[in-house]
Amino acid sequence: MITPVLRLTKVSKQFTLHHQNGLALPVLNDVNFEVSAGECVVLDGASGMGKSTLLKLIYANYRVSTGSIQHIDKDGESLELTTATARELIAVRRQHIGYVSQFLRVIPRISTLDLVAEPLLAELGYDEQAVKQARTLASVWLTRLRIPERLWGLAPATFSGGEQQRVNIARSMIKPRSLLLLDEPTASLDPQNTQTVVALIHEAITAGAAAVGIFHDQAVGNQLATRRIDMANFRSITCAAQ
Amino acid sequence: MPVDTQSPILRVTGLNKSYGDRAALIDASFELWSGEVLAIVGESGSGKTTLLNALAARDKPDSGSVEFQLREGGLTDIFKMTEAQRRLLARTDWGFVHQNSADGLRMEVSAGANVGERLMALGQRHYGQLRATACDWLARVEIDPARVDDLPRHFSGGMRQRLQIARNLVTQPRLVFMDEPTSGLDVSVQAKLLDLLRQLTQRLGLASIIVTHDLAVARLLAHRMIVMRRGQIVETGLTDQVLDDPQHPYTQLLVSSVLQP
Amino acid sequence: MLKTNNTSEKTTETITSHENQAVDQHFNFAYLDERTKRMIRRAILKAVAIPGYQVPFGSREMPLPYGWGTGGIQVTASVIGPRDVLKVIDQGSDDTVNAVNIRRFFQRTTNVEITTQTQAATLIQTRHRIPEMTLTEDQIIIYQVPVPEPMQRLEPRERETRSLHGLAEYGLMHVKLYEDIARYGHIATTYDYPVLVNNRYVMAPSPIPKFDNPKMHMNPALQLFGAGREKRIYAVPPYTSVESLGFEDYPFEIQRWDAPCELCGSRDSFLDEVITDDQGGRIFVCSDSDYCETEQSKLGPSVVAPALSIAKDD
Repeated sequence: MITPVLRLTKVSKQFTLHHQNGLALPVLNDVNFEVSAGECVVLDGASGMGKSTLLKLIYANYRVSTGSIQHIDKDGESLELTTATARELIAVRRQHIGYVSQFLRVIPRISTLDLVAEPLLAELGYDEQAVKQARTLASVWLTRLRIPERLWGLAPATFSGGEQQRVNIARSMIKPRSLLLLDEPTASLDPQNTQTVVALIHEAITAGAAAVGIFHDQAVGNQLATRRIDMANFRSITCAAQ
Repeated sequence: MPVDTQSPILRVTGLNKSYGDRAALIDASFELWSGEVLAIVGESGSGKTTLLNALAARDKPDSGSVEFQLREGGLTDIFKMTEAQRRLLARTDWGFVHQNSADGLRMEVSAGANVGERLMALGQRHYGQLRATACDWLARVEIDPARVDDLPRHFSGGMRQRLQIARNLVTQPRLVFMDEPTSGLDVSVQAKLLDLLRQLTQRLGLASIIVTHDLAVARLLAHRMIVMRRGQIVETGLTDQVLDDPQHPYTQLLVSSVLQP
Repeated sequence: MLKTNNTSEKTTETITSHENQAVDQHFNFAYLDERTKRMIRRAILKAVAIPGYQVPFGSREMPLPYGWGTGGIQVTASVIGPRDVLKVIDQGSDDTVNAVNIRRFFQRTTNVEITTQTQAATLIQTRHRIPEMTLTEDQIIIYQVPVPEPMQRLEPRERETRSLHGLAEYGLMHVKLYEDIARYGHIATTYDYPVLVNNRYVMAPSPIPKFDNPKMHMNPALQLFGAGREKRIYAVPPYTSVESLGFEDYPFEIQRWDAPCELCGSRDSFLDEVITDDQGGRIFVCSDSDYCETEQSKLGPSVVAPALSIAKDD
C-alpha cells in the first residue's frame, strides 16, 4: 500500500547574493521525487551538490526558487509547503516533519531533560502531570542514547559535540512524526552510539515514518536506505565547474 | 495549546504614517494568530517603533486599519472604538512591555501594588487575595515573593523588566507588545529574561509582537519575522527562514552583519 | 482688613466678632458682583447635576489669600440671601481666627443674621469638620477645600486625572490604599478620606476627619465644596450615596476614643486632645463647640469641669 508522504515537483533553488553584485549560485534544478511511509531515501553525492539544501527546502527553512513541495498526511490531506502560511508551516513542523541535524541550537538555562521533553509538552500542555510524563519519556531516550544521568539537569552548552548531537537526536525524535529529515545525524558519534541512532531511525521507519537522509558514512547509509537518489540528477545545468 | 480559531487575533491592513514630509510607515500589512510570536526587526529609523505604536493604539496612523479580535465581537478596528474601550483593552487583553522599565511601572509604589493595579482597576477589592496573586506572579517571573512590598526603585534592571512582565500578564492578556525588552541589560540577565519570555509565551499561548534590533533575540523567541527598512516591510516569513535564507538585499546585509561570538 | 480713605464713612478698623456691623456700602451684597454670582451659581448647578464631579469655575480675587477659604467664601457669597442665617466654623469651633474673619467678612458685606447654633443656621460654612448634629433639608453646608483632586498625589497631571474620572478608572485610588496597608498594616489615611459619590465619581471630601465621612451619606442637606486656589466647585445633592473606599478585608472604619468628652460626656462626637499642663496632662473635648455646649446644657448648670479655665483654641 503506497502512501506518499512527500512529493517534490520541478523544484529548483538558486541563491542570489545581492552584496556580491547579485552573484547567482544555482544549486538544484528540476528535482522530482516522492517518498512514502516506511521508506528511507538516502541522498548521494559529493559535498556541495545541495543535499543539505534539499533537506532545508523540504523543511521550509529555505525557499524554493521554483517548483512544488507537498506534504501528504495520513488522511490524504496535502499541504503545499512552498506557498503555505507561516502558521501552517509551524503546525506541520510541529506535527509531521522533524528535522534532525548535527547542530544543537542551545537555549540557555534549559536543562537537557527539559530540552528533550519540550516537543511533547508543546502538545500535551504544561500541567504537572504532563510535565512528569514528558520527562519520564525524555529520560528513556537519554538513557538509550547513553547520556549519563548526572548530565540531565544541566544545560547542554558545555557538553561535547557528540553529546550535544545525541541530545539533539532525542529532542528531534521523541515525538513521532510522519516525515523525518536526517541531516548527517551520526556525524560526530562513535560506532556504538551510531548504531543506537541507526536503530532508532529504523524503528521510526518501521513504525510508518518516511525519511529522507544524508549520511556521510556510506555504511550507515546502506543500513538504512530503502532507496538511493543521486544528487547528480538535480545538478543545475549552468554550474558545470562543481 | 490554544485552540486555533478561524480568524487571526490581529489583522493589519495598509498602515501608513508620516511625520510632515517624512514617511515613517508605508503600507504595512500582516496577520497574527493566537499563540504566534512575531518579531519586527530593523535598524534605527526603520519604522518598527512607529508600527508598534500604531498596533498598540498609542499613535493613530494616517490610513489603514488595525483589527483586533475581541473576546466577544470578532475582529474590530481599534481606531473605531471609543477611547474608553481602547483603554479597557490596554488594561485587560493587551500587554505592553516597555524598553525602559520606568515607563511601564509605577516606581513609587510597591511591587505588589504594581502587579495588583490592573486587578484593582477591574474591581478586585480583597487585599489578601490581591497580595497573594501578586506574590504568585512575582514567583513566576523569578522575583523573590518576599520583595512584594519593596519599591521598584530598589530593583535591578533585570528585575524591573521582569516586574513589568508580571504587571502585564496578571490579567492574562491575549496579545503582548514588547519594545526592545532586553536592551540595556547585561548578557546573563538578558538570557534569564528571554528564557522567561519564551516559557511564558509558550505556556500561556500568548500572541506577541516583539520589536528588536537583535536578531538573536528574534531567533530565540519568534516564530515569524518581519524585516523593516525605511518604513517598509521588505521581507517576512518564518524566523529561521528569513535568517537562514534571506531573499531581500537588505535582509542579507542585516544577517551578514551580525557578529558571531 | 479693609481700609477706607474717606473719613466721613462709618467703617471702623477694630471690629469684634460678636457685634452687628453696618453693611459696607462700597461693595455689592456679599462682595461679589452679580455676574460673578451667576457664573458661580451655574457652576453649582452643574455640580449638583453631576454629584462628585469637579466643575471648573472662574475663581475671583478675594480679600483673603489662597489657603484661607476663598473657595468656600465664593460659594457662600453666591448662595447667601438677606434672610439667611449664617454659621461659620473652623475645626468645629466658631471662635477661631479663620471662622471669626470669614464671619466678619459676611457681616460687613451682607448684614445677615449670624449664629453659633447649628440648628438655627440655614448656611454653614466649614473648614475641616462636619457638625455633629444632623442637618436638615433646609440647610446648606459649604466646605472649604484645599486640594479637590483625590488622586493628586499619585497622578499630578490634571490631563490624566480628568481622563481617569471621565472613564471611571479608579484603580489608582485603590493602589494608594493598598500601599497603606502594605506599609502600615492598615489604611493610614485619617482625613480627606476618598469617597465614591452616587456610585460614580471619586471625590475628595476636604480634610474632614474620616470620622465625619459617614455623615455625608444620605444627608438631607445640600453639600457644596469650593476650592478657590484650584478653581473647582463640586457638590453632593441631598440624599445621595457617599461611600468611603476600602477593601473587603480592610473595610473603612471611623476613629474611636477611649474616653468621653470631658465637658459634656459625649461618646459619639469627634474629640480634640487638649494639653492642660506642662506635665503632659491632657483631656479630650468635643471639637464641635456648639454641640458640646448644647450637650452640657442638657446635663444642667453645675457640671462644667473647673479644670478647664483654658479656652480651647485661642
